[in-house]
Amino acid sequence: MGTLTIAPFSSLVGSKSMDFALKLAKAAADKGHKVNIWLTSNGVMIVKSNQKHLKDYSHAEKYVKELLDKGVEICVCEACALARGIQKSEAIEGIKWDAMHWYLAKIYNSDRVLHIGGE
Amino acid sequence: MSMIDLAFIIQRPPYKSESSTLGLTHAISYQVVDMFLDEGQGVVPKVCFIGEGVLNCLSGQKAMEHYGVTSIEAHIKNALLVDLDIFVCKEDLERFSIGEDRLVDAEDMGADKKLQVVPLSQIQSIINNCKHLFVF
Repeated sequence: MGTLTIAPFSSLVGSKSMDFALKLAKAAADKGHKVNIWLTSNGVMIVKSNQKHLKDYSHAEKYVKELLDKGVEICVCEACALARGIQKSEAIEGIKWDAMHWYLAKIYNSDRVLHIGGE
Repeated sequence: MSMIDLAFIIQRPPYKSESSTLGLTHAISYQVVDMFLDEGQGVVPKVCFIGEGVLNCLSGQKAMEHYGVTSIEAHIKNALLVDLDIFVCKEDLERFSIGEDRLVDAEDMGADKKLQVVPLSQIQSIINNCKHLFVF
């Protein structure tokens, strides 16, 4: 089995890139691959807990919790999150908070790395 | 136990999006990556500016004055200070009529490294030889 690291750069609402990234992560984890997710730029928006699932908008909290339960490591760029007004206290439990070197270290041990979305 | 090469290709123009800054800050973070790795392991980022991305390399940026944020020029200087290899596509500089004398230089800060203006073929070689490629 391989190790896949995914860095989604888009926010949840306004594009389907984040939705795609989370489902890809789930598919890889279901097949037994080790999966890491690095949330940076507008991708950090999905860490907020208490997301309301409205039918017209994508919804990430349920998928994020499922991925964490499957052993997927998810880490958010602390600076990117704080700059957007997101505090640790309001984040989904189990998500790590760190800096960009966490991502580079995961890259070191990855077979494949994917950047998804972003401008 | 080894080092791996990472290529960071920056092709977006400055300040239109967060991309250029993200490419640089991710590359600069290589300095402390060993906190998460074993002895002897590490990454060697190479930053390449191509296409409209070469516009990031112009000196005299006033981002703090106009936007209240650290300029991309300052990030490039920091990258040179931490000894990153930064390559700028010669053909794209010519396309925009940008002379090398207009590029960022961190000599005043004591950096040993300079921006390296190279032909696209050399950047293609960096892309071909890296373990992972990141496009910003």
